[in-house]
Amino acid sequence: MAAQEQKNVSPRTDEVEVDDDVATPPPAAPQTSEATEGVDDLLDEIDGVLETNAEEFVRGFVQKGGQ
Amino acid sequence: MSVVRVMGTETEYGIHAPSAPGSNATLLSSQIVNAYASLTRQRAAGGAETRWDYSDEDPLHDARGWDVPREDAHPSQLTDQPAVLDAEAVALADGPLETDGEDPLSSMLMNMVLGNGARLYVDHAHPEYSSPEVTNPFDAMVWDAAGDAVVLAAVRQIAANPGLPDVNLYKNNTDNKSVSYGSHENYLMPRHVPFGHIVSGLTPFFVSRQVICGAGRVGIGQDGRGAGYQIAQRSDFFEAEVGLETTIRRPIINTRDEPHAVADKYRRLHVIIGDANLSQVSNYLKMGTTALVLDLVEAGEAPAIEVENPVASLRAVSHDTSLTHTVRLRDGRQVTALDIQEIYLEAARRRTQRTGVADPASGDGHTAALLAKWESVLDQLRRDPAGAAAQVEWVAKLSLLEGYRQRDGLDWNDARLGLIDLQWSDVRPEKSLYSRLLARGRMERLATDEQIARAAVEPPPDTRAYFRGKCVQRYSKFVVGASWDSVIFDLPGNRRLQRVPTREPLRGTRALTGGLFERHDDAEGFLAELLGGQR
Repeated sequence: MAAQEQKNVSPRTDEVEVDDDVATPPPAAPQTSEATEGVDDLLDEIDGVLETNAEEFVRGFVQKGGQ
Repeated sequence: MSVVRVMGTETEYGIHAPSAPGSNATLLSSQIVNAYASLTRQRAAGGAETRWDYSDEDPLHDARGWDVPREDAHPSQLTDQPAVLDAEAVALADGPLETDGEDPLSSMLMNMVLGNGARLYVDHAHPEYSSPEVTNPFDAMVWDAAGDAVVLAAVRQIAANPGLPDVNLYKNNTDNKSVSYGSHENYLMPRHVPFGHIVSGLTPFFVSRQVICGAGRVGIGQDGRGAGYQIAQRSDFFEAEVGLETTIRRPIINTRDEPHAVADKYRRLHVIIGDANLSQVSNYLKMGTTALVLDLVEAGEAPAIEVENPVASLRAVSHDTSLTHTVRLRDGRQVTALDIQEIYLEAARRRTQRTGVADPASGDGHTAALLAKWESVLDQLRRDPAGAAAQVEWVAKLSLLEGYRQRDGLDWNDARLGLIDLQWSDVRPEKSLYSRLLARGRMERLATDEQIARAAVEPPPDTRAYFRGKCVQRYSKFVVGASWDSVIFDLPGNRRLQRVPTREPLRGTRALTGGLFERHDDAEGFLAELLGGQR
């Protein structure tokens, strides 16, 4: 179902979600309006883009000086 | 005058090789330059790996009228020397280098002049793209975004090389561990404008400008340890009101005075306080509004307001996303950053109406659009800041972060929010969160991807960058050096190098030199006609 929803909202995506790898949905989604559905969909997409292990990745980003 | 003015940008990218932690930043940065050089060599016979000509650089000259003695300068201020870096010095400054007894940097390219007129080089421990000179804020935004396309191509080239670890680049301004790196703007001004007028006219504007062009930042304080979100990446790193430094004690008004042009006619105002922007509207407004304020300064019509404690006020404004914080003016008034912006907008409206440059029919074609966008963004921020998420970068980022906070109940110090902040600015579209929003139509577009891609390879037509870019595109085999105000040729059969000065930023345009380039496929004939015509 999750994959179907995603297809409906973002038809231009060229990555196809594989059904058997769908993460467990958050328990009991509270009241949803159209606006929050758009946001939820966006956040789902970004979940798949974010680097794994946020803490380690952010800690490893160390720069050496600059203007 | 108007928003039409010679201007350009400089972007230092954050650099990171996650699979090779502790990699030397200078070496990684030089890999970016080398990767782009190898790409352009494939495109243009002879390559475009033109060296930089340092003879006109003067980083220790202060706009207030004096020079800093070399021995008193911070080493990072000596930017008039080529980056002759030996392995030991680089390792000391920027982390360990693996050496097999041989200096790994000796064969690396540190500097390029590109066919679009830009410069791509290693600055300190970052790759830096300096855009070609353009004449208006729309083009400034386009050729700045072109830099992101240039470094993306280099990132892809490195990723395709199995012998090198992947290198990520970020168009942001801090690592949230006390280090900041710059995004600078440059504006050409007449030399006769007293520097004190620039300082007094620009300071209140810069304290408040961040509300339209801050890129947003998770974390408070230079080390980012304070929990929360603020409007600008750079604000916590500014510690002085006026000064020459750019790497330490950063000043709101930078006094570097290297005009890279006819020095008794022009000054190049070097602005170091801005954030690197991905939002096209924020970037466009950042440069267009600043150009308008410089116009007011030059005309002696800048609003007569003075902010008390500008450095503290700058930070306080950045830390208040409700936009209700008030700063105190010298005349006793308490005003918000939006109030200050509206005072400047009002002054700019009055002046441009009088001069006619914003007239839809007979105006300059740029100022009217800039004023309208500035006003609409300020109005929206005053009504409801969240409503400006498609235009203003810090609002767009905040809206995304708030979505995560609400869905997952995250505190501001949660590492995932820090990751979202960082990954917002990844130059790879598939990883960049800004790009995800752009692809979904959530960020307003002013320029098309095609315009930006073209600007990555073609110079702007209406400045000397056209001459520089075309020389590199057409005669790169014989161009041995270039800088903002020169192109140096080495012709076979000539014992001496031929340096062509380009000290007038508005000459060397397509209108003036396009025919010359078309008439000569060969550098010899080109130079003969060019120099013959000059005498």
